[in-house]
Amino acid sequence: MPGRAEGGVTRAMANRIKLTPSAKSLALHAGVVLLLLALNFLLPEYHRGVFARVLVLAVFAMGYNLAFGYTGLLSLGHAMFFAAGLYGAGLTVYHLEWSVWPAFAAGLAAGTGLALVVGFLALRTTGVAFMIVTLMFAQVFYLTTLYFTTYTRGEEGLVLPQSSRVLAFPGGALNLSDPSTRYLVALTLFTLVLTVILFLVRAPFGRSLVAIRENDERMRMLGYNVFANKLASVVLSGLFCAASGAAYAVLFGYVGSGFAAIQYSILPLLWVLVGGAATTLGPLIGTLFMFYVIDTASSYTTAHLLVVGLVLIGVILFFPKGIAGTVRGRWLPWLP
Amino acid sequence: MAAVTPLLVTRDLCRTFGGLRAVDQVSFSLPEGETHAIIGPNGAGKTTFVSLICGRVAPSSGSVVFAGDEISRMPAHRRVRAGIAYTFQITSVFANLTAFDNVALAVQRRLIDDRARGLSARALTEQGMDALTRVGLAEHAGKVAGNLSYGHQRLLEVAMGLALKPRLLILDEPTQGLSDGEIDNFIALVRQIGAEATVLLIEHNMDVVMALAERITVMEQGRILAQGTPDEIRADNAVQQAYLGG
Repeated sequence: MPGRAEGGVTRAMANRIKLTPSAKSLALHAGVVLLLLALNFLLPEYHRGVFARVLVLAVFAMGYNLAFGYTGLLSLGHAMFFAAGLYGAGLTVYHLEWSVWPAFAAGLAAGTGLALVVGFLALRTTGVAFMIVTLMFAQVFYLTTLYFTTYTRGEEGLVLPQSSRVLAFPGGALNLSDPSTRYLVALTLFTLVLTVILFLVRAPFGRSLVAIRENDERMRMLGYNVFANKLASVVLSGLFCAASGAAYAVLFGYVGSGFAAIQYSILPLLWVLVGGAATTLGPLIGTLFMFYVIDTASSYTTAHLLVVGLVLIGVILFFPKGIAGTVRGRWLPWLP
Repeated sequence: MAAVTPLLVTRDLCRTFGGLRAVDQVSFSLPEGETHAIIGPNGAGKTTFVSLICGRVAPSSGSVVFAGDEISRMPAHRRVRAGIAYTFQITSVFANLTAFDNVALAVQRRLIDDRARGLSARALTEQGMDALTRVGLAEHAGKVAGNLSYGHQRLLEVAMGLALKPRLLILDEPTQGLSDGEIDNFIALVRQIGAEATVLLIEHNMDVVMALAERITVMEQGRILAQGTPDEIRADNAVQQAYLGG
């Protein structure tokens, strides 16, 4: 009988180990996307604008989550990847009068290239040194945007003319300054990145990243090239963050140094921590939550940062692993 | 047999830490298929020596040749893929992952290189469960590794090594901290492994060494003090003075 029992275990494992998302989690994520789609038609104008912005920034948070949540790389410099995308798209539209598609591609290329170089150098360090090195690179990037103020207009920034923010298709064109179009384009990008991450974390590459986070020396002695895997994670993370930045530029038509400053390196960390690190939906939840906390608090008081701080303490007390992380830990272990 | 080139050869291998010669001019050769034990007092350089072989530590001078290839400059992860597996002296498993996921990571790495078989959920499951079954942990597959008993974590370590299907398996003090009953199981397990792979074993427990090793190397202060069959080592005067305590 032991033979049969083993067979039973093997079959049970075959059901459990899957390299693709389970039907349940696919359904959940499809449901979330459909809900967001419905909100485009249900939300009042102001909130639809907020949601569009949150969807774009959630992509930034998802990119950050790949490096921080899944791979365990605590970067304090991700603003530079977001801003590289933002400037890559914004400057080419503004100065070179590129149309949206090539400008968006320029943003992606800028962010990915930067992530490759910074990752290659910064990943020689770990822990606190890695935090400091990434922070310094981001500061250099930020100061560079100020140095070339002739082209970037520094903190004041550039406003991209409405006429340039048109997404051309063979069959027609989308006006990105139209609120509904903007929301739907933001949702499309969000859905795309969410899907990639959902499949990625189940795939062998995603499993390797989590294992590297847990014990990188063990991974090395299992034959994995830890450096190459971490670098791939940083580059992919940089790509998603740049996609968010480039989309922000063309959707909202504003490009400024503020987005390269230190707070835009801290914000994605905060969004991911609040929403749940190493969860697929945590970044969206965290970004949305923080946006509304700040929005609501600042409509009642000028001391809104005090309220934000108190709310954050509450979240850490009751959701120590972030909202989605704690839900997964307590009730829904299958949540990716 | 004499004409067969050994699986592993080190020549004048040295490693110094500051002024300390942890491994000093060690020339060593290990024929394919042998189960070989390295013994010696604490600080004799045993762990440093095997770390030089598996690539966790870079040599100061000398060479390591594995299966005919010079590997002393090869990074550790590539040596693992060439067929050298190392199990840690201090248990090093993925504590937050299940026992199965631990082993699956080892299988996954090997399947990526295995063009014929390829990486699939099915192959991962089969080979992962196979490795767990061999060490007797199949029924614990779904448990989180950090919650397993210490003895089971040691076995999981070995299962990860086995899942790599290595040509050379290095076991660094595998029975440390195990109960007597667990040690008996362990001896049986290493015998089984030794039938297929070459095993290099660092061990303090002399009963385990005498039960398993076909040949023994005794190290002291970074050098090889003696080498031979268990009977020869038992009879060696220098070894008795240095290590066995008369």
